[in-house]
Amino acid sequence: MPDGLPLPPAQVPLAWYLILSALLFAIGVAGFLLRRSILTVFMCIELMLNAVNLSFVAFSYKLQKVDGHIFTFFVMVVAAAEAAVGLAIILTIFKNRRTLEIEDVSSLKL
Amino acid sequence: MDGMLFLTCAVIAVACAINLVVQTHPIASAISLVGVMVSLAVLYLMLGGEFIAMAQLIVYAGAIMVLFVFVIMLLNAGRERMYKRPVWATAAGVPALFGFLGIMAWFISQRIPATTTVQFGQWMGGDARSVGRALFTTYLLPFEITSVLILIAIVGAIVLAQKELD
Repeated sequence: MPDGLPLPPAQVPLAWYLILSALLFAIGVAGFLLRRSILTVFMCIELMLNAVNLSFVAFSYKLQKVDGHIFTFFVMVVAAAEAAVGLAIILTIFKNRRTLEIEDVSSLKL
Repeated sequence: MDGMLFLTCAVIAVACAINLVVQTHPIASAISLVGVMVSLAVLYLMLGGEFIAMAQLIVYAGAIMVLFVFVIMLLNAGRERMYKRPVWATAAGVPALFGFLGIMAWFISQRIPATTTVQFGQWMGGDARSVGRALFTTYLLPFEITSVLILIAIVGAIVLAQKELD
């Protein structure tokens, strides 16, 4: 390491994991609100779920219990089911509307 | 060594996440999301979660993302049309995002003392045996309910994707 740069610590503080989780979640929220393609919006939802999974596993380490891993497992199962049904819905919308932009699917708008 | 690995994986995860949000073509976003998931799997390994790390790679990066890529291929999804965003939205949104992140980071660093550190190998309670034991004793009911949930998802996906009867 060149002089003047701090060395990374040998033991990483737990707070860094949680801050990374918050950062990934915030990026997911930003993408969810800003993007117009429904597929990219869906992928931002998956990014948010992954950020929460990291938070669960970090707290499971802190409390020295396996329960956080169990919750992560269930989040993954629910994400898989949601991805299957959500992508089927996207395929149906595309079949009917021929568009992938959320602005064009606005017949329920006031 | 731990810190170097954490910083590498964190930088890769954040870079891939920003790339996901910024890219116009959905397939580039999908590849970036796979990068995020792989770096998160390494972070789970450092936190002692061997089972969850492998489940992340097999289920999330290996099945869900493949499903995404298949759907992108089926829909022939092209680049997103970019449109002009009002200036006030960017001027209000970006500082709000960083403000929210700053508040979260400050709050986290206040609540979790800096002496709580993560060292690889200090807690190995996330192996398949412990997870399986907890899953089949304490969390048996949610586990069985998730099997019904997956069945419902399968039935729903098949019903939604079938041809319409003319």
